Amino acid sequence: MIQVSDLVVSYPGAKRNAVNRVSFIAEAGRLTALAGPNGSGKSSVVRALIRRVEIIGGAITVGGIDVRALTHGELARRVAVVPQREDAAFPLQVREYVALGRYPHLGLWRAPSSLDAQAIDTALSQAGVSSLADRDTDALSGGEWQRVRIARALAQRAPVLVLDEPTTFLDVAHEMAIFELLASLARSGLAVLLVSHQLNLVARFADTIVLLNEGLIAISGTPAEVMKADRLESIYGWPVVITRDPAVGAPALVPLRRPVSL
Amino acid sequence: MSRFPQGGWLVLVAAFLCVAVIAVAHGAVSIPIGAVLDALRGIGDPTAIAIVRDLRLPRVLLGALVGAGLGSSGAALQGSLRNPLAEPYLLGVSGGAAVGAVIVFALGIKNDALVMLAAFVGSMAAVVLALTVSRVGGRGAKGDLRTLLLAGVIVGAFANATIMVALASADPNTVRGALFWMMGSATDATWRSAAWLAASVAVAGGALVYWAREIDILALGEETAASLGIDAERSGQRIFLIAALLAAATVAAAGLIGFVGLVVPHIARRVGLRAHRPLIVASALIGATLVVAADLAARTVAPPIELPLGAITALLGVPFFLAQLKRAA
Repeated sequence: MIQVSDLVVSYPGAKRNAVNRVSFIAEAGRLTALAGPNGSGKSSVVRALIRRVEIIGGAITVGGIDVRALTHGELARRVAVVPQREDAAFPLQVREYVALGRYPHLGLWRAPSSLDAQAIDTALSQAGVSSLADRDTDALSGGEWQRVRIARALAQRAPVLVLDEPTTFLDVAHEMAIFELLASLARSGLAVLLVSHQLNLVARFADTIVLLNEGLIAISGTPAEVMKADRLESIYGWPVVITRDPAVGAPALVPLRRPVSL
Repeated sequence: MSRFPQGGWLVLVAAFLCVAVIAVAHGAVSIPIGAVLDALRGIGDPTAIAIVRDLRLPRVLLGALVGAGLGSSGAALQGSLRNPLAEPYLLGVSGGAAVGAVIVFALGIKNDALVMLAAFVGSMAAVVLALTVSRVGGRGAKGDLRTLLLAGVIVGAFANATIMVALASADPNTVRGALFWMMGSATDATWRSAAWLAASVAVAGGALVYWAREIDILALGEETAASLGIDAERSGQRIFLIAALLAAATVAAAGLIGFVGLVVPHIARRVGLRAHRPLIVASALIGATLVVAADLAARTVAPPIELPLGAITALLGVPFFLAQLKRAA
């Protein structure tokens, strides 16, 4: 479980705090979504969690322990992250790549055990990429690459899984497949924290939505509580209506046309 | 891409041994393989024994160690700095070493051990300077290793300018000595210099192999490294320092031998190796083979003139690199 309390993150030279007194909980067994417009502070929360940026105020705890009290290795055994950006400089074989998820568990001699091999196999199969194990990472499609990255995080066997925009650049089917995978991982007991600006998908899959705007929490709650036309309109600065998706009845956002006169 | 074939290690080791044996047998005086083996055991013609044991063997060993050091150093640097064009000489190592050596030449001191020491101290000073510059200049996101690469290039450029200024006012003999040193050579190999380099390659190369998984992870970028429990800045600087130390030891022993650190890791990737642990070991083997072969060419192509070893490796390296570019395009 991740608990974020009154978190403040600030970048040097910025006019306002990137994250300003944000509090929420991502519980085990649930899919929690961190949503909001571009620049709303979503990724900064993730960076603070993995201590890429300094926590100016407040705290992030994982399983009750402040992340600042953990070593990098201890943190990596508790939280697995799929960062937004990752441009591998050189290709690796998929299996070698997924095996890197075991790094936080390796002992002094860095020798992988049979437990590591088993964790790698399980992760490959959970993410549905066992058949790609012998391919090189630079020979994968966008959808395959995202699943392989998730497999790498699953190999970490951490109770918390954090993903930063895992479906950017993916088509409808691959996007849905990733969301289904995340929902089933949450059902299997993981605390899944998903950063995404795909509000409609988030509304269908997430148990809780935390909607950030300009570093502050704008609304948080169940999809039904968050998907309110008037609030979303003011947050995104664009006219919208809320309808129901015809298949499952989840709230869905439809942005309206607002033609530009040249 | 192709996979590293089973038995690939056997081929790499066999290739090295073949080249090494030929290099011991051939030179100004050619010795039949049988006589080489006898000489190794101290049997037969005393002249052949002297040539094999005191001249050729340390020379081949030194060349092999220089190649192994540069190859593994290059592989580690390319991975950890996430740049296929990174190589030890790009990072101020060569420039700093040359400044050290040129100072000794300019002072008119004719002492090989002192030149070695000065080159080593010069390159380590350049590396520490590059690390310091990258720390001062590296604002913004923590641990941006690109700053380190830039700092190395800048320190190298500064060192080259210093050398030009120093040589502009030097007498012709100093210029000649410095120039020959900068072209790189294994001519002055002794058992002592080879043993010294062997120890450096064993320790620093071993450390790179030990931290190879961290290099794999650093190659994925700083965010991913952080998520896997690695402090990218600290870890990157550690790899940088070890790789630089390794390269500095080779430069001190044999001067500047270009292109090996850049090209060899690409050959190792070309034969199908990906993860850095095997990649670094294979780069050491391929580098050793390449430099021993280049040194053999340097002393046998146009006798009695010995061509500069550093020029030979560059002459071999450039066409290879062009072929790489063509395949990539």
